[in-house]
Amino acid sequence: MEVTEQQRTEQQKRAGPGVPAPALQGVRRAPHARQKPIFQLDGVTVSYGRKPAVRDVTFDIGENEITALIGPSGCGKSTLIRCLNRMNDLIPTARVDGKLAYHGQDLYASGVDPVEVRKRIGMVFQKPNPFPKSIYDNIAFGPRVLGMKGDMDEIVRRALEQAALWDEVKDRLKTNAYGMSGGQQQRLCIARCLAVEPDVILMDEPCSALDPISTGKIEDLMMDLKRRYSIVIVTHNMQQAARVSDRTAFFTVELDEEEHRSGRVVEFDATETVFTNPADSRTEAYVTGKVG
Amino acid sequence: MTARRVKGIAFQGALIGCIAISVLLLGTLLFDVVSDGSGDLDFEFITSFASIDAEQSGIQAALWGTVWLMVVCAGFIVPVGVATAIYLEEYADETKWWNRMIEVNIQNLAAVPSIVYGILGLAFLVRGPISLGPVILAGGLTLGLLVLPVVIVAAREAIRAVPPSIREGSMALGATQWQTVWRQVLPASVPGIATGVILALSRAIGETAPLIVVGAATFIAFNPEGLDSRFTAMPIQIFDWISRPSSELNDYRPLAAAGILLLMLLLVAMNSVAIWLRNRYERRW
Amino acid sequence: MIKGLLVCAALISVITTTGIVISLLGETIAFFGDVGVGAYLTGTKWSPLFQPPSFGVLPLVSGTLIISAVAMLVAAPLGLGAAIYLSEYARPRLRRTVKPILELLAGVPTIVFGYFALVFFTPEILRGLFGLDVAVFNGLAAGIIIGFLIVPTVASISEDAMTAVPQALREGAFALGASKLQVTMRVVFPAALSGIVASLVLALSRAVGETMVVVIAAGLVPQWGAKLGEPMETMTAFIAATAKGDVPTGSTEYKTLFAVGTTLFVITLVMNLISIRFVRRYRQVYE
Repeated sequence: MEVTEQQRTEQQKRAGPGVPAPALQGVRRAPHARQKPIFQLDGVTVSYGRKPAVRDVTFDIGENEITALIGPSGCGKSTLIRCLNRMNDLIPTARVDGKLAYHGQDLYASGVDPVEVRKRIGMVFQKPNPFPKSIYDNIAFGPRVLGMKGDMDEIVRRALEQAALWDEVKDRLKTNAYGMSGGQQQRLCIARCLAVEPDVILMDEPCSALDPISTGKIEDLMMDLKRRYSIVIVTHNMQQAARVSDRTAFFTVELDEEEHRSGRVVEFDATETVFTNPADSRTEAYVTGKVG
Repeated sequence: MTARRVKGIAFQGALIGCIAISVLLLGTLLFDVVSDGSGDLDFEFITSFASIDAEQSGIQAALWGTVWLMVVCAGFIVPVGVATAIYLEEYADETKWWNRMIEVNIQNLAAVPSIVYGILGLAFLVRGPISLGPVILAGGLTLGLLVLPVVIVAAREAIRAVPPSIREGSMALGATQWQTVWRQVLPASVPGIATGVILALSRAIGETAPLIVVGAATFIAFNPEGLDSRFTAMPIQIFDWISRPSSELNDYRPLAAAGILLLMLLLVAMNSVAIWLRNRYERRW
Repeated sequence: MIKGLLVCAALISVITTTGIVISLLGETIAFFGDVGVGAYLTGTKWSPLFQPPSFGVLPLVSGTLIISAVAMLVAAPLGLGAAIYLSEYARPRLRRTVKPILELLAGVPTIVFGYFALVFFTPEILRGLFGLDVAVFNGLAAGIIIGFLIVPTVASISEDAMTAVPQALREGAFALGASKLQVTMRVVFPAALSGIVASLVLALSRAVGETMVVVIAAGLVPQWGAKLGEPMETMTAFIAATAKGDVPTGSTEYKTLFAVGTTLFVITLVMNLISIRFVRRYRQVYE
């Protein structure tokens, strides 16, 4: 549903502060040219048992872009991102309703193999989680279990180069991954993810456990990687979202009739718009730091 | 179905098979014992003494022997085990090498084969310096040494579970360390300690090898008369009935099975008490 | 003063160890005074009561090792299989049912296993179901039954080790597209390896020290080169069988008890130290 800039502001003024304008319930398409969508979400609701964690999410994620999911704690950003590679399958009570399409195909259709999904859609976690193996074996793990053909040394080197880690570790590939610093470990996890040649890289707060210098390196890496991959990043750090992402989705927490908390997308737009001229007052309150 | 899925399902099947085989074996064992022994397990069995005549043979002497042994054992492991645990948890400085050595020692003792304890008992308690002879006291103490680590570990855990705030509160009121331990920490740890003692006795009650080496008699027709009395015990009597060649006239195997059944029932009773204690008194701090 | 009493209590455990060592060593040294260490350790004939007597301990050691090896061949796959399933696959309800069953298995006195081996397992299973031509007393039955006896040791310690592997590692592997089988065997199992090895060594040590099952079911015939279907004697069985009889203090028989006891003690002690070392290592793997 396309709404002009002016109509938006009018609606808001009429509705008053704090009340979301009807047009802002979920669907926000930015008016200017975008990349081809790689994910299409339509009314996606994720519940654990009977309690919804995040409701009615509808937006597209573009190819070769960085899409940021921001918002306060508990609004379902991590839950949502874990749906994109079916990691929520690991939680027995998790249920996903609505349509979640990847390259036009329903990710949750029966007959879709989650393992295949995860080959194409990789994930980097909040706390670096290298395996207790050597750096080489960490990177080689993915290709090995997926039966990828090719020269393993070459695959490992390429992945480490793409993750901007090769120069730092090329002489100690056989040493234990736990000997690296936090920032290096996270880049190792990124390299590990790249080694299986995915299309998409999901990042769930990848820098929140790292120091500013490592964070900076990873942000630079992300900007570099988006040329070849599509990236979705969950982050608590608004400045980070503002720095690196092309498009941003702002989530908020709501209390429903039964006092349950669930998350909802309030606004989804080009990052610049979200941060400098947000349509919703809640977005504005969050990005200007008035609320946490 | 892809090859990968087939492998995954086959793997899971193999794993379940492992559990199934173990459960099946336990089930077969219990069934066999019950079917072999339930015929003979009756009041007469419990009240008769062993005899060459299989019809008349009973487990009375062994039953009482076991009871006496358990009393002696408990009388040893409770004070010594609890005291050791209190020392290690409340008084000992962990950085001192001798305290660490005590801990390592207890860990090693827990893994020594039970028959070696029998040798220890034989060399020191039955003969050697203390020379008690092959009597109840020697047997009970030998078993006590064997299961002492079980009590120490359980008591330590129970004591450790008492939060420091309780101790601090007591000391702040002016109580000495010992008063704090005796009046606050120990009473709070009693359920855990009791569970540990029961578990230790459950182990001790089924031990045969150390008693053989210590000199338990295999054919006596009297109940123990004192700590210095020769004795037999249930596992010993069972062992005797198993080893005795059976003949047409005298089939000892059912007696052995009945004895085993009685022993297992005692174990079930003891473990039920332990579980009941744990559930009833488990405090959530 | 109180502290003094407590220290005394704590020292009892130390005294016990010292006592074990002294009692064993004393008579063992006396034994080696009569019989050469070399003849003891390398002789393949154990007949201390014959005239002339032979004191080669190898038949007993080999009996112990053969039966223990059979036991491990049974216990390792069954125990690890159960542990992997309980740790990685089982629903909470199944875990709650199976774990007590394993604890029950662990609580059955060994003499009951011995009875079962002799009275049921050899005739009904080995000879009946499998049709094997084994003697009434044979090492195979004893080994297999001891294997079942130690399954709970392997299962519970290995399961602890695998449960301790952080969930983050599994998630990382899943996120790369690994299947559950691959995550379990290529990430979790290797990560828990120290604890798993510790459990196996501890189980082996228990098998080596096991007495009643072998006394009842394996026969008491020390034979170097005995086959599985034949009777054999272990170190523990020898000690039990000898002590059962009349053993005057200071006699040769008395001394053999201690010599064999020392051999047994040393073997299990070494295994336990190795196992403790592995346990300590697995606890420190995750920085």
